[in-house]
Amino acid sequence: MTINFTVSPSFPNERISDWYIFNTWLQRALSLPIHLELYNSFGAQRAAIADGKVDLIYANPFDASLLVREKGFRAIARPEGPPDEMAVITHADGPAREIRNLQPGTRLACSDDPCVNTVGRILLEPANLDGSNIVEHRRETYIQVARELLRGEADVGFLPVEAFDGFSPLIRRDLRALVTSELHVIRHVFLVGPALAERSEELTALLLSMHESEKGRGILEALGARRWLPVQHEDVEFMIDIISTLNQ
Amino acid sequence: MKDMDLADIIGEAVEHVLTYTGGHTRRVYVTPIETPYPHGKLIVSRTDTQGIITQCNPSFVEMSGYGEAELIGQPHCLLRHPDMPAAAFRDLWETVQAGRQWHGYVKNLRKDGGHYWVYATVVPNVRDGRIVGFTSVRREPSREKVALAEAQYQEMRGS
Repeated sequence: MTINFTVSPSFPNERISDWYIFNTWLQRALSLPIHLELYNSFGAQRAAIADGKVDLIYANPFDASLLVREKGFRAIARPEGPPDEMAVITHADGPAREIRNLQPGTRLACSDDPCVNTVGRILLEPANLDGSNIVEHRRETYIQVARELLRGEADVGFLPVEAFDGFSPLIRRDLRALVTSELHVIRHVFLVGPALAERSEELTALLLSMHESEKGRGILEALGARRWLPVQHEDVEFMIDIISTLNQ
Repeated sequence: MKDMDLADIIGEAVEHVLTYTGGHTRRVYVTPIETPYPHGKLIVSRTDTQGIITQCNPSFVEMSGYGEAELIGQPHCLLRHPDMPAAAFRDLWETVQAGRQWHGYVKNLRKDGGHYWVYATVVPNVRDGRIVGFTSVRREPSREKVALAEAQYQEMRGS
């Protein structure tokens, strides 16, 4: 039996090869054939989840909600580090100094990342902006969102803070965060699906001790993490309860 | 629930006596001072099925003006502002106890007698098919929506 593994498309492109290296490490450690499929959009990944083509996933918090509540997945670990936060970005020379300066008709550039877009829309609420009075430009990647802002084709853009901070100084110099979320409560998590449920304890132990070997530490560092931390089922349920409020 | 302490109040206050479900009362002091909602933050708390606070995040503590130890174990209606009509909370409780989400604009009372407006969503925490408590998440509302809510609540109170 081949296990299907995927990663939320929210990671930077330069880490693609590092996820393949992680997958090779995982296959060897579990002595199990694991196929890594990296989808280039959140929509494509959601379709694969709906078709039952995902057994293991490093998921963004919104997909984690769906997988736990509707697909019987279990969260087993999360990377050590800050939680996921989002920002509403504008051009450094843009007229808006704060969210409340934004007017109906604001042009918004965003990716199809459900997590970033949901939190982004919440950050626009104080300006009384919603889907009915903004002009949305969907782009495939975060860097394309940034380019729209730099070219003056959009007034604001939604980006994960991690992606914004990862841009080159040349790009960041001409951009500015109007507001940054401080939710502190939502995170990417590593989930195991029903097909691997019998080996989830083994897999959890493997991830939690990954940083103890030089090889494991190297892979983690390449992925931008120091170590995996355990997650309690109730912590994930709580995160899902919170996420469910954000869609209202 | 203890009456508010005049020593905690900042500014000129008006005294009210609130009557809660079950008939118990509390003396509160209210000033017109509004604390602005902190941009980008979420105020999060959990209660048990009786509405007793079991968990709250730093934003909740900061905005309420109480210390965390003063909040845990207290009923959530500790933050009830006299300008909020009782019918709004009745609707909240009936909705979440029926297992559904509730959302609405809420004016909360701070320990110092001031207030802050939030857009609140309350969800039942369902575990193994049973409601074990409630999670409430508040976020920053627009001033337009606050003005509409204020007018509606005033009308509901008949004042």
